[in-house]
Amino acid sequence: MPLDDRYQLAFTLYPYARSTDQDASAPVRHPVVVMGGGPVGIATALDLGLQGIPVVLLDDHEGVGQGSRAICFAKRTLEIAHRYGCGQPMLDKGVIWNLGKVFHDDRQVFEFNLLPEQGHRYPAFINLQQPYFERFLVDRVREAQAQGAPIDLRGKNRVDTVEVMDDHVILDITTPDGPYRITADWLIGCDGASSPLRKMLGLDFEGRVFEDNFLIADITMKGDFPTERWFWFEPHFKSGDSALLHKQPDGVWRIDFQLGWDIDRTEELKEENVRRRLDAMLGPDVEYELVWTSIYRFQCRRMKTFRQGRVIFAGDAAHQVSPFGARGANSGIQDVDNLGWKLGLVLNGTAPEALLDSYDLERRHGADENILNSSRATDFITPKSKISHVFRNAVLDLAEHHAFARPLVNSGRLSVPCVYDGLPLNTPDAVPDGPARSRPGAPCPDAPLGQGFLLDHLGGDFVLLGFGVDVPTALETHGLTVRGVSVPADDHIKDRYLGQATAAVYLIRPDQHVAARWPAYDEALVQDALARAIGKD
Amino acid sequence: MALNTAPNIPDPDGFYAELLNAHDGLSDDDSIAFNARLILILANHIGDRAVLTDALAAASKGDKS
Repeated sequence: MPLDDRYQLAFTLYPYARSTDQDASAPVRHPVVVMGGGPVGIATALDLGLQGIPVVLLDDHEGVGQGSRAICFAKRTLEIAHRYGCGQPMLDKGVIWNLGKVFHDDRQVFEFNLLPEQGHRYPAFINLQQPYFERFLVDRVREAQAQGAPIDLRGKNRVDTVEVMDDHVILDITTPDGPYRITADWLIGCDGASSPLRKMLGLDFEGRVFEDNFLIADITMKGDFPTERWFWFEPHFKSGDSALLHKQPDGVWRIDFQLGWDIDRTEELKEENVRRRLDAMLGPDVEYELVWTSIYRFQCRRMKTFRQGRVIFAGDAAHQVSPFGARGANSGIQDVDNLGWKLGLVLNGTAPEALLDSYDLERRHGADENILNSSRATDFITPKSKISHVFRNAVLDLAEHHAFARPLVNSGRLSVPCVYDGLPLNTPDAVPDGPARSRPGAPCPDAPLGQGFLLDHLGGDFVLLGFGVDVPTALETHGLTVRGVSVPADDHIKDRYLGQATAAVYLIRPDQHVAARWPAYDEALVQDALARAIGKD
Repeated sequence: MALNTAPNIPDPDGFYAELLNAHDGLSDDDSIAFNARLILILANHIGDRAVLTDALAAASKGDKS
């Protein structure tokens, strides 16, 4: 099969360059190979490379494809990107929005405000075209490489066959210069929703396919729409069964129309037909230009397990959701956040290989939560029967006048990171009346600290946090150095970490999730919790 | 006691999904009959005649036709 591009590029980010591996007499072995150079693959390479772990990334293109695609990036994603050193450029470029309005027919049903809580470095959401998100990640890779991070991005390197052995994987690769072979201790599949790797290995992918089509039209216009998320159920302008209007950077607006099941894709994508729908929505006086159009369908499903021996799947390759709630790319970045430190500790011999099973458990838990939420939103937006349509419209009718019906209106439950409740790396909560939001398994809520923020001090390694109590600045145990940080108990800390307690000690994982918490410092308990958190228990 | 129209159901998404799942596989007629039984059961649980009258009025006003 020739190595032709399957899509046009928005940015060329990793042009083909011949590798010395292609001239080696025997296949060169690498600790980690990542398959797929999208946001999840690049973030994986960055996470491992910043730990000093040599990583080779293979992609069959030379950069990021056109189209805004995933446009809503959540606070947790930005916090993870900040840990990697590229959150700020995303925030600077992104559009911040807080207000959402929901319409039914020609009436506003209600509006909601994301009500950003004070004392966090990042807002609840930014809108940013996916190509920018990927470019900022690659920019950071280039910067890290210059500082010595052993990351090797190989464009126009298509993986054609994969053979999985007990302790390594053999990859046959096609390039513009012909084929070559490498081997890897670990292979990470980040090759997207239609994952060729998943197909090569014949692995299952189970769940629901939704019978609907959505038209995306990105436009630039001189309209006076504010920076808000507007969602219509059964809009009066009849451009679709539902419609969404959302602002992106560069004066671009994302408009989505729900088209129904039985459509002629080629016909619907013709410019005059796209314009007919837009004209009906925007009115005759609004001038606009089409930037990008696409029709998508979606599925809510996941692999039965995300780890198959030496092969690990992350992002859309492992799980897919409907777009309502922005839970696709955001959950993929959380996969990377969860996998990076675990793979690092296994590769350097600090943790047993079993730690990687916790990646599978924790991220399947996250995927199930995302699939549940996005399936429910889809069922509300596209009712599957006459009676569910009747109930849906009853909720919308009542929501206009009665507050009780508004929580039932579901145009997407926006992505929040999942809490790894009840999973084996957690130590049972020893501060049971502490705030629920920072219980073991939860991601640490941010808070102001000194000139910066609390999360600036977390991530990459294990940290012991003493809130209103001093903890040692370093603790050597189980082959690791746990960093200690003592934090004064101001109002934000009381609200987010102490509750009724006057002091608390938290053990934080390298992905900024809480491993354990106690009312006081006890070295033996910390050692015990650390062993559990690295899979030694 | 007045009719409570403030949010009062914990886990609203879970409740809504359970409500619709109960209708899965029912014909339209069976769904209508199911809803009638459900309304009567809930009305009996509420018991308060004045509240039931207010609820009937609120449901009528919600009908925009």
